[in-house]
Amino acid sequence: MTNLLTIAFTAFFIENILLYQFLGVCSFIGVGKKRSSSLGMGLAVVVTIILAGMATWAIYRYVMEPLDIGYMKTIVFILVIAALVQMMETIIKKFSPALYKALGIYLPLITTNCAVLGVAITNITRDYSFAEMLVYSAAIPLGYLFVMYIYAIIREKLELNPVPKAFRGIPIAMILAALLAIIFSRFGGLI
Amino acid sequence: MDIKAVRDNFLKGFIKENPLFVTVLGTCPALAITTKVENAVGMGIALFFVLILSNLLVSLVTFKPKLRALVMPVRIPVYIVLIATLVVITEMLMEAFLQPLYVTLGVFIPLIVVNCIIFGRAEAYASDHKPLDSVVDGAGMALGFTMAIIIISFFREILGSGMITVWTQGNADLVFDLHFIYDFLGITPIDMFTKPVGGFVMFGLILAVLAAGANAKAEKAKLAAAGVKK
Repeated sequence: MTNLLTIAFTAFFIENILLYQFLGVCSFIGVGKKRSSSLGMGLAVVVTIILAGMATWAIYRYVMEPLDIGYMKTIVFILVIAALVQMMETIIKKFSPALYKALGIYLPLITTNCAVLGVAITNITRDYSFAEMLVYSAAIPLGYLFVMYIYAIIREKLELNPVPKAFRGIPIAMILAALLAIIFSRFGGLI
Repeated sequence: MDIKAVRDNFLKGFIKENPLFVTVLGTCPALAITTKVENAVGMGIALFFVLILSNLLVSLVTFKPKLRALVMPVRIPVYIVLIATLVVITEMLMEAFLQPLYVTLGVFIPLIVVNCIIFGRAEAYASDHKPLDSVVDGAGMALGFTMAIIIISFFREILGSGMITVWTQGNADLVFDLHFIYDFLGITPIDMFTKPVGGFVMFGLILAVLAAGANAKAEKAKLAAAGVKK
């Protein structure tokens, strides 16, 4: 149990996917401009990573390992993720048009979000058991959502402030991410 | 096809359409692995290999009209399979010949699959240009990206650890120790720049400097245009 708690805490704060591992930074900079869109993207990422983590873990453990084709994992995982995202899109569209409206535009972007493939591969390279994999695959995207939401709040306020001309747009967004990263790097002292 | 067009096609990846500094694609590896110049060089080599071949293959499958009609409706899965295959080959080659580098770059080698630059070039250029042009475009873009990450990692490494590690794979040992500058100034290297924070700060600062340069140039052009009008 403590082991799982450690994994969850580390994944959420210390090894935060955006500020420490640098996965999914493209979407972070692009989508993290507004609170509503950051929430939509974040929730879509949470659902996708948990489902993709379970699917890829099961395929690796029960199909690829017995057949000894572990080296194919990059190709297989990206195809599984692409198929999964497509499937999610169809299902959500069919059963909940309102949710589709909220998440729909972010779903196609997720296939190429490196966070999803990154977590799937990390689950395998760290040799996680099913429970550990589930905790890790849930804590990582929740950390993503958390940081992205904070970031979007600050960036909305930043829009109203005078920023030096050269720093407008992406440069100031990077500096802001650096400040958040300083704060999060201090969580490392807790464990 | 004349030489000048080819040269322009090649050079546009460096300055005018630099994938990292101008279009801001592929930021994840640019922030994560730029703690040492060596990592940037290694990432550049891997990306160069994948981008050239993926551009070639994508333009080959979309070049002939008959094949194009077949591929276009399902192009995203086709591109994914092509790119993923190339990445797996790169991964295996690096594991075999550049083992220490393979370990440091870690998850970022398989993640070349979802690198926006490769997808972007396949979609924006290779899918409607000739194979040879696409290869030239891929080479230019990959070298432009490599140049950009080498610049970032140069500043990060020199400020963060006071060294420049160019290449240490195999028997080569190309490391420049620049601690004497710090000794001369009586300070120690700033540890922060080798940490994740440094990646964001350095990338932001470089983009700001480039933006300031572009602003100054635009102002000058405006003044010149106004002068002509008078």
